Amino acid sequence: MSYTLFILLLPLFSFLLIGIVDLDIPKTGKVWSHKVAGLIGTASLGIVTILSYMTAYQYFFCTPRLADGTLPTLVPYNTTWLPLGDLHFDLGILLDPISVMMLIVISTVSLMVHIYSFGYMHGERGFQRYYAYLSLFTMSMLGLVVATNIFQMYLFWELVGVSSYLLIGFYYTTAPAIAASKKAFIVTRFADMFFLVGILIFGYYTQSFNFSFAGTVEYADNVAHFIPCNPETALVKNAAMTVLPISLVLMFIGGAGKSAMFPLHIWLPDAMEGPTPVSALIHAATMVVAGVFQIARMFPIWIEYAPQSLSIVVWVGAFTAFYAAAVACAQSDIKRVLAFSTISQIAFMMVALGVCLPGHGEHLNHSGLGYMASMFHLFTHAMFKACLFLGAGCIIHAVHSNEMALMGGLRKYMPITHWTFLISCLAIAGIPFFSGFSSKDEIVTACFQYSPWCGAWMTMVAAMTAFYMFRLYYGIFWGTENKEAHAHHTPHEAPWTMTLPLVVLSVITVGTGVVTTLGGFLNWEWASFGSIVSASGLPYTVHFDPVVASVSTVVAVCSILLATWIFKGEKQPIADKMYAAAPRLHRWAYKRFYMDEVYQFVTHRIIFARISRPIAWFDRHVIDGFFDFLAWGTHKTSALIKGFQSGSVQTYAFWFFLGTLLLLLIMLF
Amino acid sequence: MNAQDIMFVILAVFIVCSAFATVISRSIVRAATYLLFVLLGTAGLYFLMGYTFLGSVQTMVYAGGVIVLYVFSILLTSGQQEELRSTSLKKTVMGLVIALVGFGVFYSVLWMYGFPVQEFAASRFLNSPDENVITMQTIGENMLSTGKNGYLLPFEAVSVLLLACIVAGIVIARKR
Amino acid sequence: MISIDFILLVSTLMMFAGVYGFLTRKSTLAILLSIELMLNAANINFAVFNNLLFPDGHEGVFFAIFAIAIAAAESAIAIAIMINIYRQLQNISVDKLTKMKW
Repeated sequence: MSYTLFILLLPLFSFLLIGIVDLDIPKTGKVWSHKVAGLIGTASLGIVTILSYMTAYQYFFCTPRLADGTLPTLVPYNTTWLPLGDLHFDLGILLDPISVMMLIVISTVSLMVHIYSFGYMHGERGFQRYYAYLSLFTMSMLGLVVATNIFQMYLFWELVGVSSYLLIGFYYTTAPAIAASKKAFIVTRFADMFFLVGILIFGYYTQSFNFSFAGTVEYADNVAHFIPCNPETALVKNAAMTVLPISLVLMFIGGAGKSAMFPLHIWLPDAMEGPTPVSALIHAATMVVAGVFQIARMFPIWIEYAPQSLSIVVWVGAFTAFYAAAVACAQSDIKRVLAFSTISQIAFMMVALGVCLPGHGEHLNHSGLGYMASMFHLFTHAMFKACLFLGAGCIIHAVHSNEMALMGGLRKYMPITHWTFLISCLAIAGIPFFSGFSSKDEIVTACFQYSPWCGAWMTMVAAMTAFYMFRLYYGIFWGTENKEAHAHHTPHEAPWTMTLPLVVLSVITVGTGVVTTLGGFLNWEWASFGSIVSASGLPYTVHFDPVVASVSTVVAVCSILLATWIFKGEKQPIADKMYAAAPRLHRWAYKRFYMDEVYQFVTHRIIFARISRPIAWFDRHVIDGFFDFLAWGTHKTSALIKGFQSGSVQTYAFWFFLGTLLLLLIMLF
Repeated sequence: MNAQDIMFVILAVFIVCSAFATVISRSIVRAATYLLFVLLGTAGLYFLMGYTFLGSVQTMVYAGGVIVLYVFSILLTSGQQEELRSTSLKKTVMGLVIALVGFGVFYSVLWMYGFPVQEFAASRFLNSPDENVITMQTIGENMLSTGKNGYLLPFEAVSVLLLACIVAGIVIARKR
Repeated sequence: MISIDFILLVSTLMMFAGVYGFLTRKSTLAILLSIELMLNAANINFAVFNNLLFPDGHEGVFFAIFAIAIAAAESAIAIAIMINIYRQLQNISVDKLTKMKW
């Protein structure tokens, strides 16, 4: 399957082509670089998508399973990039269930975004640049998921950071976009620092950057067989045993930065300043799930060496899920709602990974449920959240605003957008026969197995999800129509390039949902996501826990009904009453619980004022002062003694004689 | 106090006075003349020591050659006697300080070293000059020998130096 | 009794007379005269040390002879330079020779 190399090379090539070559043909007078750039980008992405699907087909259906029933880990391409003694940095392509699954997700969503951008970015300046960045981003993300070792992953991880910085700051002439791109870059970079430290610690103690047994998880009874590189040095092994959890938690901090987990989430809402398709690509399907993917990738090591530390992941994820859902309930900017919804959903995946506990014997599969659920949710969420973002893009395209107040009643103007949006909302709310139901239900089941409290908490967050998504839905498509705004600019349905991706994505959502829901209830082995991705690598048939499934369905339906009751009407007396009853709470939620202000306070008042400024003062006055003093002293001394260099021979002779005499005296006495 | 001592004292006074006059004299031609006296007096000292060849070289080369050269060049470039007078006070003080301090230091060092006086009294110095005389034959042999007390190498070096000097003198002073 | 100290007194006085002249004279030719004084003082010392301390050798005498030769050469070149300078600048005062200073 050496053609998988082209999955990385093609986007890179199209990035270079679009990014460097001026595609306008001079003297024709016609500016057609838009179309050419878009076509090149889309075509290469199309080929990448086809290759990804071929890879997936070959991997899942044509590759024989290993003797123990797991799918093999293939490395079709590998090269040593930097040998450093025993350590070496490799670049290559690794195929295992999750990386192939990610290939499908990324290439599908990216292709949809490429097609969509034709319509959305029509007439924008920098169209060509936009497609170049998209190609770069796609390449980085694909490279991240097929990385054969942590170091390659880190390399592409940073490339993802850079290209997301470029994409978020695409409208670099507007101040908010600049600020947002800087914020995103700095925050994720700050988190990446921990990632790097984690990698270095990991590499130092295990003498390897490989996740060598990723994909073939074994819940070993003891851990003695690990660290095959230096089995003879017991000391190093023991040190690694204590150090590995630390390095894994450090890596998790890096992942939390990219995946916008609670204290490091602040960049994501602001990153909505980028073009909407970019938000769909970066913040729904790819970059933000990098953290989840990283944990999934390191999961065998987590589960074997740091199972206790996984509770950190659970705590962070559970809190973030609730926090983001609460904030999403109060936002008025539709992209912000989606952004916080994304944070919340990513947190679901994190929790699902965290609640995946080691088990033995027959419980093996069951306890590994969270891992499968997390990956499954990653897949379904990517599809419906991309659809939601792209739908939001259509709406913004039509209304020329992000504010919900200017919308309302759009369903009659934009039928396709309306229906696809509704489907995705139902999916994210967790209604049966939509994809979100299956995956979210698995997550909640896994949480209940971990702890009833955790399960209840996540069920509550799921209910909030349904509530704010339908608040958004009603706010956009129903409710009071802002006639004033629509009078001079009638909203219209988007062109086919924009609606086609919506339709495709919602078809995927419904199709996956129907098949997996039926499969889950009827125990269809082939329809289970667990048959391709599972914690142990063995096929695992999803079957719903009827209690959990019915409870979560009922809860979701109830919150949808609640949202319908509150927000559907032209007038919204209940919502107004709620605002009036708890103005402070609403305000707090609207202001995202003042997290940005806290950051502002911490960075400016504490770090800048208390630490940086004294250091700067020290630098400016002591360090610089010392060198200034040296320069000043040299200057003054030279001014003082330059009179000696008078050019008068006799003066020189005078000093010469004087010096001779003094030397003589010194030597005599 | 024999005749040679008297001779030495006369020469010493003559030399020292002329030396002072050389550096104080306001007329440069006179300064050159006083220098000629110094050199002649020095030649007298050499004769007194019995170094007759050295004394005659001193007379011929220095007194006869160099001083004549100086006088010629002074005459060529002169007409500016007034410039000699206008030595600044600062320079004079500088020179005086260095000269006096230097003299003090040097001479006190020499004095404190304590050369054995008594031996000189009994030495051949001035008492038996004839025994001190280095014959021309000795000098010639030493100059051209390479053995002990042979000075062939410096002799040749000096001859090359003089040749270079002749060439350089012509090249530099030649009218273009 | 003539002791070595007296002769050294003479040569030292001559030497520092030369130093004084070197430091105070304006005309470069006068400075050259002072240099001759200093050289001469050194020559006297050569001769007298040879004569009184090491009467069996001849090193002092030979050094004096060579020194005289070198002094003659030096003054010849120096005078040639002075004449050349005078021809260019009509001046040989040491204060005024600043043309090649910068």
